[in-house]
Formats: sequence, structure tokens, C-alpha cells
Amino acid sequence: MRRSFINKLLPTLIALFSIGNVSAAEGVGCFGPTKEKEFSANEYISHHLSHCTVDSPLGIIHIDSVFYAVFMAVLFLFVFYRFAKKASSGIPSKGQSFIEMIIEFVDEQVKDTYHGSSKLIAPLSLTIFVWVFLMNFMDLLPVDMLPKAGEMMGIKYMRVVPSADLNVTFGLSVTVFLLILYYSVKIKGVAGFAKELAFQPFGKAMLPFNLLLKVIEEIAKPISLGLRLFGNLYAGELIFMIIAIFTAGGGVMYLLDLGVLPLAIGQFILGLIWALFHLIIILLQAFIFMMLTIVYLSMAHEDH
Amino acid sequence: MSLNATLLIQMTVFAVVVLFSMKFIWPMIMEAIEERNKNISDGLAAAEQGQKKLSEAETEVNALIKEAKQQATTILDQANTRASGIVESAKSEGTSERDKIISTAHDEAQQEISKLREGLRKEVAVLAISGAEKILSREINKADHKDMLDELANKL
Repeated sequence: MRRSFINKLLPTLIALFSIGNVSAAEGVGCFGPTKEKEFSANEYISHHLSHCTVDSPLGIIHIDSVFYAVFMAVLFLFVFYRFAKKASSGIPSKGQSFIEMIIEFVDEQVKDTYHGSSKLIAPLSLTIFVWVFLMNFMDLLPVDMLPKAGEMMGIKYMRVVPSADLNVTFGLSVTVFLLILYYSVKIKGVAGFAKELAFQPFGKAMLPFNLLLKVIEEIAKPISLGLRLFGNLYAGELIFMIIAIFTAGGGVMYLLDLGVLPLAIGQFILGLIWALFHLIIILLQAFIFMMLTIVYLSMAHEDH
Repeated sequence: MSLNATLLIQMTVFAVVVLFSMKFIWPMIMEAIEERNKNISDGLAAAEQGQKKLSEAETEVNALIKEAKQQATTILDQANTRASGIVESAKSEGTSERDKIISTAHDEAQQEISKLREGLRKEVAVLAISGAEKILSREINKADHKDMLDELANKL
């Protein structure tokens, strides 16, 4: 009994100190039987960090990210559409009050920052806030729950947190970037926007320097937006995985083995603490993404 | 961990979701919220107006009550003066009546007295004569002294 405890603990500790090497060993493909494997923290984490990929004419697609992102988008649209359809100006039901609370919160943020007339900004902010939150929320599900279920159905790799996928966060931030460009050109005109890029902040004499500065500034917007969300969620997911190394997805089975019971308890306590902390992060990141989108778009509307 | 076609799919999904929420979600819920806000502010305004009307009515009622009180006081005053007037006149009437009754009784008593005096005088005369007769019947002939006696009787 004592020996099996040490057998489990040792790789846990090794894994804790060797996270840096993990992502190198990514798996490829998606479907097929999972090979029965000995416990290895490195393998466990790299397995969890591998996407379920398929090849398409456009290139590789992470279908797990796409699936969960679309699932969350549909959930968002379904719930909000249901309440939007029967929204009445009478006494609202509790559900309607909740939806209205979110909408009014977003509306307040938009009105505080953005003074243009576009009808797109507010629904865009709402979508970002709720959708990003829902995608982040997937992080709070036990790390092994859905991947294990997937394995039983013959899916080798599965990552359930879409916002911990760089493609998804950049998909959002690049779209926002395109909107920034669109509104910059629409409000200031091509010449106005070009003038702003070339002549600010240091005047006409410093044109190339201005241009360089401005272009970097603009490009930094989508990159920082996308990387911030990705980084937070990826790190959060990784920490959940590290905590999960204690039992390495054994879950309930391990509870029967008294030798690793302390590990299971340790995992539970650490997981609980991190989940509570992460709860704040996922909400905050959704809010920050929304807020920065509003700020960037209202900056695009400002004519100097 | 690299950018690939997932990015394009995510952008497409994002665009569709935003368009859907812009067309079918945001306007509906915003409309309901704004309408309710309008209803609430209308209701509050109506309540305020009602309050104002109530206080107006209260001041009106107070004025009416004050006026009524004043009227009641004047009526009471008038009634009092009228009552005291009636009592006064009744008193004076009573007094004059009493005086009249007294004077009438006085007069009647006076008449009675004089009547009685007359009777007494006559009786005294008769008595005197009869006394004198009795005295004189012995010395004086009635017939002889008749003239003198009559004269005396008349004088009495």
C-alpha cells in the first residue's frame, strides 16, 4: 500500500517540475482507440493538451474547439432568443430579469465609453461578454470528465475549453480588429485614417516613425486581446491538469485504493481552491475582452 | 498550438452570432426594457400628480370647514341676540302688564272705598236721625221739626 502511494506521488512531483517540456509532445489526429498506457504525468498532460484535429481543404481544423465554441454560441443564442421573443414590458419573470440585468450591464458599459451611433457595438459587446464567459466556463468542468467520455466514444483527443485555443481567441480578436479598421475608415475616410497613421503623434516631420508606431499600436490591439484571453485560460487549464496529475484521471477508481486516497483528497482540495479562484478569472477575462473591444472601437470612432 | 483553419471558422461563427444577436436579441429586449422604464416613469408622474391633487383637495376642504365654522358662529351669535331681545321685550311687556293690572285694581279698590263710604254715610245719617228721633220724640213733634230735620239729613 505504502509502495503504491510513492509510485503515484513520484511522477506527480516530477511532472510538477517539468511542465516546460510538455507541450512539445503534442498528439495528432483525432479518432481511433486510445492505447492503454502506464501512468506518466508527461503523457497525461500532453494528451490533454492535444486537439482533436481533422484535415480540410482549408487546413487543419480543431473540431473540439469548434464544437464547444459553437455549442456555447448556440446555448447563448438559444437562451437569449427565448427571452427576447417573449420579452414583455410588464412585470418580468426571474429569468427575464436576469437576462435584462446582463443586457443593461453591457448597455451601461457601452454607453459610458462609446458615443457613436452604431447599432452593432452593443450586441457585439453582449455577444463577446456572454460567449467568452461561457467558453471560459468550460474550464470549470472537471478536466477529465468530457475527454474520458470522448475516449469511450472513440475520440482520442479532446480539449473542452475553446478559449484556451489560440485560434478561437484570435478568431474573436481579429474580427474585432477588422471592425476597428472598418470603423476607422468609415468615420475618418481612407485619407483621414491614413493621415492619422502618418502624422500622429509627432507631426509631419517624423512620418516614418509615426507610421511605424501607429501600425504597431494597431496590430498590438488584436494580438494583446487574443493573447490575454488565451494566456489566462490556457494557464488555468494547465493548472487544473497539474492538479489532476494526483490521480491522473483515475477519479472514482482511485478512491477505492487506500494507498492513493490522500492524493485524491489533495487533488480535491487544490482543485476546489483553484476553481474558486478561477471563477473570478473567467468572469474578469470575459469582461476585459468586452471592455477593451468597446474602448478600441470607440477609439476608432474618434476623429482627431 | 498553431494558427490554422480553426481561426477562419471561429471568425465566421463569431460574425453569425453577432449578427443574430443584433437582429433578434438586442432590439427586442432593449425595447421591453425601455418600454417598462417609460411605464414606470409615467406611473411615478401620475402618482405625483395624484398626490398634488390630494393636497389641493385637502386645502379646499380645510377652507370649506373654516368657512362653515365661521357661518355657524355668526348664526349662533344672531340667535343669541334674537333670544335676548325676545326675553327683554317679554320682560318689559310683563312689567307694563303688571303695572296696568295694578293700576286697574287700585282704581277698583278706590271706587269700592268711595261706594262703601257713601253707604256708611247714609247709614250714619239714618242712625243719627233715628237716635235723634228717639231723643227728640219726647220733646219735639216730628211734624214740627220736619224741615229742620230734612235739611240736616241733606247736609250729612
